Amino acid sequence: MFKIISEVITGEEVREAAEGPDAGAVVLFLGTVRNNTGGRPVKCLEYEAYPLMAEKKMAEIAQEISDKWGLDRVAMVHRVGKLEIGEVSVAVAVASPHRKDGFEACQYAMDRLKQIVPIWKREVWADGEAEWVKPDAVFFDAPKPHKTASQID
Amino acid sequence: MNVTVKYFAVCHEMLDRSEEEMELPDGATVNTILKRLEEEWPEIAEFYEVMQMSVNWEYATENTELAEGDEVALIPPVTGGCDV
Repeated sequence: MFKIISEVITGEEVREAAEGPDAGAVVLFLGTVRNNTGGRPVKCLEYEAYPLMAEKKMAEIAQEISDKWGLDRVAMVHRVGKLEIGEVSVAVAVASPHRKDGFEACQYAMDRLKQIVPIWKREVWADGEAEWVKPDAVFFDAPKPHKTASQID
Repeated sequence: MNVTVKYFAVCHEMLDRSEEEMELPDGATVNTILKRLEEEWPEIAEFYEVMQMSVNWEYATENTELAEGDEVALIPPVTGGCDV
């Protein structure tokens, strides 16, 4: 299961997709919306994705995990749209015969998701401002183009 | 040839549209699209350093050649998941 969805994520969907009789462990990671970033109060987050490519890249991460750990039971789901504080934005489940590989592979899946899966987060601050986040800084809301498309020769 | 170009997140805001059809000359590459966008909004070039491109849902370079019906996207730095 590799999906971009707009519905609430509980974690059950990825756990059920990953679990199996040969698993001795299911590592479940839930990413949730925190009420602040660097101490600045956050009102909510908005996520946007390129769904087809995001799901393709998630499947590629699962293939990397299969190559590295020999684990084939990986499920990932990411939510898009407006998310309130405490809601789940991403869930990853990795089932494995033993817990060590499962923990490592789950951490790897999240690290890779943040590197290659085309999903973007916009922080809406409690004071009403909003900005697109980039990995080590923030894109300030971009100014409008000088010309509109209809003005181009 | 005609291709579809998609804009996400900050690119969507900068260009004030989420996608468009572009008619390109034969032999066009990803760079042809970048140059065309730069004519419309010169400042977008500053973002090119941190941005990636995709062609048909796979990361591409500016030299990637395009074909009729391709789906191209500007990919700003990705920030999915959560900061933990």
